Formats: sequence, structure tokens, C-alpha cells
Amino acid sequence: MKIGKQTFKLESMPYISYTSSIVGPKEVQGPLSSFFDTHINDVWDKEKTFEKCESKMLKTCISNLEKKANIKDDDIDIIFSGDLLNQCISSDFAIRNFNVPFLGLFGACSTFCEGLLLSSVMIESNLANTVICSASSHFCSAERQFRMPLEHGNQRSTTAQATVTGAGAALITKEKISSSNARITYVTPGKIQDLGVKDMANMGAAMAPAAFNTIAQHLTDTKRDIDYYDAIITGDLGEHGSKMLHDLFKLENIDISKKHIDCGCIIYDLKKQDVNCGGSGCGCIASVFSGYFFNELTAKNINKILLVATGALMSPISSGQGESIPSIAHAIAIENEV
Amino acid sequence: MNSNLNITNSEYDQMISKNTKKSPIAKNIFFAFLIGGLICVLGQLIFNFSLKYVDKETASTITSISLIFLSAFLTAINLYSRLGKIAGAGSTIPITGFANSIVSPAIEFKSEGFILGLGSNMFKVAGPVLVYGITSSIILGIIYYFLKFIL
Amino acid sequence: MEYLQCFITGGIICTIGQILIDKTKITPARILTLFVVLGVILGFLGIYEPIYNFGKCGATVPISGFGYSLYKGTIKAIEERGFIGIFTGGVTATSGGIAAAICFGFISALVSKPTIK
Repeated sequence: MKIGKQTFKLESMPYISYTSSIVGPKEVQGPLSSFFDTHINDVWDKEKTFEKCESKMLKTCISNLEKKANIKDDDIDIIFSGDLLNQCISSDFAIRNFNVPFLGLFGACSTFCEGLLLSSVMIESNLANTVICSASSHFCSAERQFRMPLEHGNQRSTTAQATVTGAGAALITKEKISSSNARITYVTPGKIQDLGVKDMANMGAAMAPAAFNTIAQHLTDTKRDIDYYDAIITGDLGEHGSKMLHDLFKLENIDISKKHIDCGCIIYDLKKQDVNCGGSGCGCIASVFSGYFFNELTAKNINKILLVATGALMSPISSGQGESIPSIAHAIAIENEV
Repeated sequence: MNSNLNITNSEYDQMISKNTKKSPIAKNIFFAFLIGGLICVLGQLIFNFSLKYVDKETASTITSISLIFLSAFLTAINLYSRLGKIAGAGSTIPITGFANSIVSPAIEFKSEGFILGLGSNMFKVAGPVLVYGITSSIILGIIYYFLKFIL
Repeated sequence: MEYLQCFITGGIICTIGQILIDKTKITPARILTLFVVLGVILGFLGIYEPIYNFGKCGATVPISGFGYSLYKGTIKAIEERGFIGIFTGGVTATSGGIAAAICFGFISALVSKPTIK
């Protein structure tokens, strides 16, 4: 049911029953290391190309999810998956291995929440019972598509972020099939925001207005305030983008900084690891939610979260043509049933 | 709460600048000067050594080729990108940086095949240097040629 | 003394580049292009010659020196061969470097693969 301007209330309150995560060598050295299910030891993982490696990572992640939930391909109604590469090739080639209907998504780094949103809406509409939502990214495959060759010697801007090598997948079900009580209660798809940021090395600042817009609209539509949630989690604003988000809320006299956690800021040790402003990419929120936050939800350390994945919707072509970076954010309210 | 932002692009731009961490410019300049200078000194050493055996022009070519070889080697063993993180322009601007920008895409795009991957992407970064370097030298060459006639 | 002058000249040229990178949003690829064109223009204006006389390799090793060689080669060929020299001179003077970069680039690509640290 639509409430307010752009939020949907889900009467069926689909369960997030299981999640699965996989990360790369750098991420596993970060502070969240122990929460991820598995990791690859180097950026190639015995594959010939980075794209193949990313695909394999996503495939492993989804296979692990099936194993955890003890289900087969036939039990799954549909998979929503996406990544950063042109034509979503990581997802396409990973899901080639599964005998399941597939809808590929592109929402840049917002893909995981876009997938969660569509999955839960499929269940709400009674068209599906068991849906998988997944997303992946790989530092090296993203670097070569969006930036400079890896072996090119250059310094990164202080606002730059590092694409997370990792993938995450979640199993969304109509019925309660696991010990997890985490249910999706509201979803708010975002509107594209663009405040004219053109700097490809400053995606956090480009995406902060989208995060602000979606969070503010969600709170207005649901008539909730910031204190309702235990945490408001954004995907990959990074250190700089998070500061921008806090400042945007300050303009409305709201202090979001106490409730706000950014996956890009917690996946790495920003002081010790060479990542500038933190992590980014579809795999960032996908792996951190699937690994860390889902674990916190099942352990009941946190009970009500607003998961907001932000995406910078540009390409090297649009940037080359002097376009600014349009950005988007989708919010998913996840609450433990009490 | 109003979800629509009532700020203009330029106001937002100011907010961005206010929050942007300054790059450690003193440190960057120090390393750029040091490493850039040292690469030039290395060139001078090679040049002076070759000058014992060959003429000046050949020595100059030997110097370029040696530095380019060194840079290609360091790039191939994944070290030049690390040097670049520290040295910045100190490793970009010398001829070794030019070589690095030819070698690095060659290595990177090998995965799309030898012809359309390696071959066509080799000058992805360094191509503009040749395009604008050669074009500008031709334009100024033409000007020089006609000035010579007039004067 | 020669080495000190070389060090200082090369260091200053790189420092100018570093300041441009840090203070403006110019990317390294643009810096390379800018410097090579500057080398050609300063050569034409007769400004690069004294820099070269002072710094020797400190002036030729940076990419601006590549631009200077392009220009000097063009002029030399014009003096020797006339009009056609405009087109042959620049690349002839820098052919060693370009060919070496292509050759070593190809060999490196054969034996190496990219990685992150």
C-alpha cells in the first residue's frame, strides 16, 4: 500500500531469512573480517580476468546461500542481481550457472537495495514466495572500467573511495523459514538528485543529496522520526559523503550523525588501510549488510534499521561529455518482529 | 520535514569544499621534488657515462631508452604504481612516467586479446602526449619556416 | 655541481606539476599533455634553451623535454631538408624513445599481469 508521497507499506512483511557474503583480500583485513562467510585470497582467485573473478565470487556467494538455506534452484522463484560492469556481465555470467529466472539490475551502488525492494514487492504481490537478491563489485574490474590502469602510477584524490571487492546475497521469503525475525516493513524508492557535482573522485558528495532526499521522504511518509530507528545505514557515502549528509540534515536542524553508519566507512580501517575516504561499489553494502548487519539483527543487538543504498548513475562516457553525476538512493526499513 | 533541498549547486559546492580534506601538499611537493630530481640525476649519470663512448645525440637517445626500460621493468613487476603513490608528479612527469602510461594499459588490456586489447589500448593514456606534442611541433615548425622566409 | 643543477631543475619541473595536480582538478594524463605542449612552445620562444643549458638532463628527462626535442628536431630538419622537415623532424628526433616505449610495453604485457597491493 502506498503511503505518503513515495513509500510502500508491505502488509506481508517479507522475511530476510538467510544471507551470504564473500569479500576480497583487502576487505578481509578490515575490522569486519570475522563477520564475512568467506573470502578470496587474491584479486584473481585463479581466474584469467578480473571480470571472471567477480562472476565467480557472486556465483560462490549465491551457492553458499542455497547451502545455508538448504534449498535448490527449483525452490527459488526469481533472482534479482546487479553489478557495476557494462551490461551487468558479472551477474549475467554468475547466474548462468543457476536454473532460475533472472532479472538483471543496474542501480550503480544502490543495486542491492533496489533488489531488496523488488524482491519484497514480488512477495507482497503474492507472485513469489522465495526470492534471491544479490549484488557484487570488484576493485580491479571497476578500476579498469571507470578509472586508470592498475599499474599506472598516480595519487588518488583525498575524496576518492576504493571499490569493495565483494558480494552479498539475501534470501527473501514469504514464510518464516529460519531463526531470523528480520522483516521488511516499508520500502521507499528514491528520486534522482543532482546538485551538479562532476568530480568522479568525489562520489560521496554527489550521492549525499540523494541519501538525504530518500531518508527525509521516508521519515515524512511513515511519520517516524530519526529516533525510531536503531541505525540508519548508508551504502558507500564514505567519510566525506557522510559529512555532507550530516551537514544536509543540519540544515533541517536534525542531527543524524549519532544514528548514521556508513558501510564504506566501517568495512575498512580508514586510518591504516590505503582507501582514502572508504569503500564503495555494489558489493560494499551487499557484503556489509549480509555479513555484519544481518548478524546483528539476528543477535537482536539492533532491531530497527533503515538500509539506504546510494548510487552514482554516471558512466565514463557521460563524464567525458561533461555531464554531472546524477545519483539515487533507495531505502528499506528492516525490523525485527518482537 | 522537507525532503527537497533548498540549496543551489554553488552553495552545495561550497559545502563540499568546506568538508574536503586538504591533500598533504607539503609532503607531496617534497616527494615530487625529491624523486623527480633523482630520476633526472639518474638520467644525467647514464648520459655522462654514454658520452665517453658515443656522441651527444646518441647519448641522449641511450638515456631515454634506458630510463624507459627501467620504467617498463618496474611497471611489469608492479612497483611503478607504488612509486607513483608516493612521488605523484615526481614519477608522472619524467619520461619514465610517459613509459609507465604506455606499459600499464598494455598490461591491463591484454585480457581482451593481443590486437584489440593490448594493441589498441597501449596509447590510451599516453596517446594525447603524442597527438598534441607532434601537432604543436608541426604548427610551430610551419610558423618557423615562414618566419625564416620573411625575416 | 652539474648533478646538483640537474636535480634542482628536474625537481622544480616536477614540483610545478604536483602543485597543478593538488591545487586544480587536472588529471595526470592532462598534466603530461600540458607539459609536452609547453615544452614545444617554450622551445619556440627560446626559453627552454637556457633551462636546458643550466639543468641538462634535469630539463630533458621530464616530459617537457620531450616536447623540446620534438621542436628542436623539427627545426633541425627544416634547416637540412626544407619544408618536408616540418613533418619528419619531430618524430625522427624522438623516435628512439617512442619505439622503445612500444617495444618494452609489448614485452612487459607479455610477461606481466596487473595486481593490487
